[in-house]
Amino acid sequence: MLKTVTFSVFRYDPEKDKKPYYKDYKVELRRPGMMVLDGLNQIRWEQDGTLAYRRSCREGVCGSDGLNINGVNMLACITHIKDLKDPIVVQPLPSMPVIKDLVVDFTDFYRKYYLVKPYLITKTPPPSDRERLQSPEDRKKLDGLYECILCACCSTSCPSFWADPDYLGPAALLKAWRFIADTRDEGADERLQIINDRDGAWRCHTILNCVEACPKQLNPTEAIAELKKTIIHRKF
Amino acid sequence: MADISVTIHKHDVVIVGAGGAGLRAALEASKGVNTAVISEVFPTRSHTVAAQGGVAASLSNVEPDDWVWHMFDTIKGSDYLGDQDAIEFMCRMAPEVVIELEHMGMPFSRLQNGKIFQRRFGGHTKDFGKEAVQRTCAAADRTGHAMLHTLYEQCVKNQVVFYNEFYALELLKNEDHVVGVLAWDIANGGFHIFHAKATMFATGGYVRVYKTNSNAHINTGDGLALTLRAGFPVEDLEFVQFHPTGIYGVGNLITEGVRGEGGYLLNKDGERFMKRYAPTVWDLASRDVVSRAMAEEMRQGRGCGPEGDHMLLKLDHIGAGIIHERLPGIWELAYVFAHVDCTKEPIPVTPTAHYSMGGIPTNLSAEVVLGGMDKPEEPVKGFYAAGEAACASVHGANRLGSNSLLDIMVFGKVGGQHMAQFAQSLPEHVPLPENPGKRGIEEVTSLLNGTAGETMGAVWDELKESMEANCGVFRTEETLAKQRAVLQKLCDRYKKVGIADKGLAFNLDLIETLELGHMLDYSKAIVEGALARQESRGAHYRDDYPKRDDEKWHKHSLAYMEEDGSIRLDYKPVRMKPLTVPTFEPKERVY
Repeated sequence: MLKTVTFSVFRYDPEKDKKPYYKDYKVELRRPGMMVLDGLNQIRWEQDGTLAYRRSCREGVCGSDGLNINGVNMLACITHIKDLKDPIVVQPLPSMPVIKDLVVDFTDFYRKYYLVKPYLITKTPPPSDRERLQSPEDRKKLDGLYECILCACCSTSCPSFWADPDYLGPAALLKAWRFIADTRDEGADERLQIINDRDGAWRCHTILNCVEACPKQLNPTEAIAELKKTIIHRKF
Repeated sequence: MADISVTIHKHDVVIVGAGGAGLRAALEASKGVNTAVISEVFPTRSHTVAAQGGVAASLSNVEPDDWVWHMFDTIKGSDYLGDQDAIEFMCRMAPEVVIELEHMGMPFSRLQNGKIFQRRFGGHTKDFGKEAVQRTCAAADRTGHAMLHTLYEQCVKNQVVFYNEFYALELLKNEDHVVGVLAWDIANGGFHIFHAKATMFATGGYVRVYKTNSNAHINTGDGLALTLRAGFPVEDLEFVQFHPTGIYGVGNLITEGVRGEGGYLLNKDGERFMKRYAPTVWDLASRDVVSRAMAEEMRQGRGCGPEGDHMLLKLDHIGAGIIHERLPGIWELAYVFAHVDCTKEPIPVTPTAHYSMGGIPTNLSAEVVLGGMDKPEEPVKGFYAAGEAACASVHGANRLGSNSLLDIMVFGKVGGQHMAQFAQSLPEHVPLPENPGKRGIEEVTSLLNGTAGETMGAVWDELKESMEANCGVFRTEETLAKQRAVLQKLCDRYKKVGIADKGLAFNLDLIETLELGHMLDYSKAIVEGALARQESRGAHYRDDYPKRDDEKWHKHSLAYMEEDGSIRLDYKPVRMKPLTVPTFEPKERVY
């Protein structure tokens, strides 16, 4: 007989349930290397079609399946079942309104991403027939920043983000620094104006949950520290 | 169940799909007219995000290059099935669209002189096949991620309107004019009609019908099924690309960029077997050639592992420094999915279904076209397609690596421009037909009101497994005829499929069941096209007809779906006349 593990899954259907509950499912380990997403798929396809979650690329680049698994935010598609303690408790990302089961409403998260003007801002026109030049050293400054997949694992693990509904949060601030750090960008002034606010960079209390939660090994806390430094440098 | 509401929206241009092609089109169309994008997922979660190696353009940043060489390579790669006017158009426009991406802020890797970094890729050569050339522009091995996020950022900047987590159910037409789509609001439930002057399908590829594949869950080729159901044809569906290097056991992609950077394949004897199959460029031959070579090695007992069912991709000799700098995503994928530290050990790989060469037939303006052997091509009014969902046909029977990101930029941009022009030329929207979206609405309500009989999961499992076994890298009359019968049975079973979830909010059961219906529809077109085509060309390899047959089969397949769901095949000629240069006549393909 195949070995099984128990998935204890957060369930909530707004049309039927007065409040959320947990439902246990047995997941068979049919091949080595099964991920939490494979377990959820097995439940949906074979046991309970009513279970809802987001997923797409199933390799950790699209950012759809950020979940709280055994108390820690991570991507279901690149988290090995065998590395987790049985039973595996699967919950939606914390602090976000639940649409259904494991699906949360990202509206507030995206709104904060839009607020930091997440696009290259330039005033100098680029050369007409070729690329702008950028040295490999300058390009290197974007490593560890541009790889963000907007999964929200960081922001929804941050106690400041939970406590202050207006705090921009680590994901939006990392994105802001991704552009300010880009030698081609000329939008630092307008961005820093937004970020130099009690709900901007200063709300970060270096709790470092975001660093631990990031499935891409990025460091939002460091990016926020760079933002704070830049704001101070500009003042004096 | 109470009636589900139907909301009507009106835009000049409606684009279905928010991958690279859809977003590039939206950026262009929104400059001139009111444009909306409908996407099954939040835009940055579209599958362009997973593209790794790069985008081809003859920038000559590293060594002399020429768009005519790029054009030749693409035609040869297509096994001479690609349309030469479209290929010339794409290759000439490549430098322009890549430079535009840089100007938008895409974080390309850089050379010492500050220009965009370029690497070698399979099938891309200098001077008409003499040796490999560095043509593929890359952002490490996360080029698709860098591209998709940059495009979405520009859409945010330009305030493009998005309807995220909406799922298209039906293409709407009024007589011969396409007038929009019917969609389902995934998060809240409810029908939405998007009434448009011009509608584009940028709905992505279709290889989720194979068990081992490199694709995202959402790549279920929905646009193709909706096109077939609306009475329009799809082109060359039998050409399915199997990428040589999927991670053994799971199918996730390891970019060709690994071989571009100097990695190579080994069989169980530690031999670099590709030298026997492609004496000039070895591991950098085009994908169909490498995948077939691997499958052949395994058939002859030279596969690796106790089952002899995979090969090894060695790259540790490139050095940990270069791997971490240029292939960081690959290191991660190999570590997570194969438990291999690729700076020290080789990665176990097998061919994996990767890309759909076929799609909705389009011309140089990304207009969807009708045509036949003796019928000149004629655009369908108001209907456009771009990217993997379309068939321009720039990839013919086999796509070269890094030409897909190029395809989506070129035909996304051009399609956006032409849609804006077309919308501006129409003083008013062509009215919606009577009872718009009746078929799509009925499809959904009958699933929501029906009782569960057969479950979606079981039918889908059999579809994936049988397509892989009978319509994979190698095919024969026997396996394809068998698959035709399997599909017939699965379609009958699908009629009895019910869903367990009857709710409106985020009903994934409903969406996946609709997707399965789409997959069954176009799988029939893949199999019928493959069964009829008695030759081997590019990615379509028939063991019983191992040679290319230009006399009988140098033509595109077209598949139509009849009222009863059966497939009728037709054909149309390959457009052999380029725009400005002489034709490249078909030759035997040697790498």
